[in-house]
Amino acid sequence: MKIIVFIKQVPDTATKIVLAPDGKSLDETNVNFVINPYDEFALEEALQIKDRDPLTQVTVISLGVERAQNALRSALAMGADGAVLLKDEALLGSDAGATARVLVAALKDVSFDLLLFGKQGVGLDQGQVDIRVAEALGLPHAGVVVKLEIDGGRAVAEREIEGAHEIMNFALPAVVTAQKGLNEPRYASLKGIMAAKKKPIEIRDCAALGLRADQVGESGSLTRIKKLSLPPARKEGHKIEGDPASQAKELIRLLREEAKAL
Amino acid sequence: MDFSFTVENQEIRRTVREFAEREIAPRVLHFDEKQEFPRAIFRSLAELGLLGILFPPEYDGAGLSYVDYVTVLEGLARVDGSIALSVAAHNSLCSNHIYKFGTEEQKERYLKPLARGEFIGAWSLTEPTAGSDASGTKTQAKREGDNWVLNGSKTFATHGSVCDVAVVFAVSDRQAGKKGISAFIIAKNTEGFRAGKKENKLGMRASETSELIMDDCRVPAEALLGQEGQGFVNALQILDGGRISIAALAVGMAQGCLHHSLSYARQREQFNRPIAQFQAVQFMLADMATRAEAARWLTYRAASLKDQDQDVGCAAAMAKLYSGEIAVQAANVAVQIHGGYGFTKDYPVEKFYRDVKLCTIGEGTSEIQRLVIARSLIGRRSAG
Repeated sequence: MKIIVFIKQVPDTATKIVLAPDGKSLDETNVNFVINPYDEFALEEALQIKDRDPLTQVTVISLGVERAQNALRSALAMGADGAVLLKDEALLGSDAGATARVLVAALKDVSFDLLLFGKQGVGLDQGQVDIRVAEALGLPHAGVVVKLEIDGGRAVAEREIEGAHEIMNFALPAVVTAQKGLNEPRYASLKGIMAAKKKPIEIRDCAALGLRADQVGESGSLTRIKKLSLPPARKEGHKIEGDPASQAKELIRLLREEAKAL
Repeated sequence: MDFSFTVENQEIRRTVREFAEREIAPRVLHFDEKQEFPRAIFRSLAELGLLGILFPPEYDGAGLSYVDYVTVLEGLARVDGSIALSVAAHNSLCSNHIYKFGTEEQKERYLKPLARGEFIGAWSLTEPTAGSDASGTKTQAKREGDNWVLNGSKTFATHGSVCDVAVVFAVSDRQAGKKGISAFIIAKNTEGFRAGKKENKLGMRASETSELIMDDCRVPAEALLGQEGQGFVNALQILDGGRISIAALAVGMAQGCLHHSLSYARQREQFNRPIAQFQAVQFMLADMATRAEAARWLTYRAASLKDQDQDVGCAAAMAKLYSGEIAVQAANVAVQIHGGYGFTKDYPVEKFYRDVKLCTIGEGTSEIQRLVIARSLIGRRSAG
C-alpha cells in the first residue's frame, strides 16, 4: 500500500503571535515551527498502517520554504520512508486553490492508494486544500475522521459531523483528513532520528512540477492577504449579582441593550 | 571553529523538548511531592532510546555521541532535573561502567537490558564514611572459593531501591589503599542484598535515592567488574564522564529558570507595565542568559573532547563547577523575579530552586572540582 501524507509547517500553537511590519505576515523571530498538529494525526495514522503491514510505503510531501525541511525530517524520524519538499520562490503567497494545484501537480505520475491530510492547517484554518485536491483528482473524500479502517481496496471511516458521527464506506484511492482523537502521535526515537539521516529529502521546484509561475503564488491565487490584525483584547467579564429572578432580568437587559444579541 | 550542531542533534533536541514539555511537565509536581520514581515515564524514555544513548547498536544502544547525550540531558533538565538525573545515573554511571570495563558476558547479560531500559541501573561509591574521600570505604569483599562475599553499606545510591542491577564498590585488599578497591555487579534479589532507608530529599525528589545494604551478600567470581583492585581507578574515569552529565543537568535547569523568568517578566505587570521593561529585571535576565550560555559551551566542549577520546578531567571539572554554580544563581534570581509567586509551588521556579543545589554537590562537590582543576594547573605533586 502506498500512502502519501501532506504536512504543513506552522507556528507552534503556543506561540505568541506578533505581526511583521508589512502587516500581512507574521514576525518569525522567536517563532518555533512545528508540524501542523492535525497533520501529525494523519502521519501517525499512516505509520500505524505501516506498523500493521510493513510493505506499506509512507511518503510525506510539504509545500514550504527551506525551514520546512525540519518538519519533513521530523516525519522521516517518526518513520516515514520518503519526503518531498515543494519549494520555489514563485510558490510564496499561494492560496488554498493554488496550493491544491501544486499538490496535484506533485502527484502526477505518482501511484498511491491513500492521500492523508490534517483536517485543517493551524493558522489560516481554511480546511480547503484537501477537498480541492480530491475534487481535482475525482477521488472520494472523507473529512474530519476519528477512526479509519482499511480493508483491501476499501476503507471505512468514522467522521465527526455536527452532533453525530457518520460512517463512510468508500473505495481507494481516496482522500482522508485527520481529526484529533484519530490516534496519539508517536515521538521519534533516537534510532528513528539516526535512520532518517539516510533518507533523502527530494526538492522539487515549479519547473520540476511542470507549473508556470503564473499558475501559482499570488498571481495564481484568487484570494490575497491584504492585511492581518490581532483579535481585539477581550473586555473584562461582567458578573451579574442578585437573586436568580433579578439576575435573569438583568441578563436579558444586557443581551438586548449591550450585546444587542436579542 | 564551528559551533553548529548536526541536523540529527537538532532533531534530538526538538524531540526531547517536546516529550519533556508534553509528557513530563504536567506531572512534575506530583512526582516531586510524592517523591515518586516515575516508572511510566521511564518506559516511554526506554521506547525513545534514551536509556541506552551512548552504547553501540550491538549492545542495543542508540550509538550516539556524548554531545548528543548532553543534548538529551539538557532538554530533560529544562523541564525536570530529577528525571534527567535518573537518566544520567542510569546511562553514564551504571551502564557505562559495565560498557567500559565489563566482560562480553557481563555486557550481554546486563548492558543490553539496561540499554533497552528493561533494567534500571544503580552505581554506588559513597558510604557513610567515604564521600569525597574514597579511602574511607568500609564495604568489604572477601574471596571465598569461587565466590565473593560482600559486607557493608552504601549511601545516596541513585535508584537504590528501584534498580534491577547495581554496580557497587568494595575493598578487596585492605592493604592496597585505593588500589585495593574493586567493583562488583549485583543483581536485585541476590541474597543478602537490599535497599535500606530511602532518603527524603530537598530536591531531585523524583530521582530515588537510597541506602544499599550488603549483609553476607554472596556473588560469583563473574560478578567482579573490571580488574581486581582497579575499581576505584575505573570509577574516577567514569566520574569524569558523569561530571559532564551533571554539568548538562545544570545547564538545562539554568535554561528552564531563564525560560520561566522571561515569560513571567513579560506578562507580570506592575506600575502599569510588564516588569520586563524595568532595567533591574532586564539586567537579571541578561546576566542569567549570559552565564547559561557560557556554561553551555563549557559543557559541550567537554563533551566534544570526550567524543574525541581526549582527556576530559579538567574540562569536565570546569564545566561542572561553573554550570553548577551558575545554575544555583539562576534559580535564585528566577525566584527573585517571580517575587512572592516564586516562593509558591504554583510556579516551576520554586522546584528549580530546590533541585538545582544537587549540581554543586553530586558527583564531586564544587570544592573537589576546584581541586581537580588546580591540580591540573599546578601539577598534582606541587598542589599537595
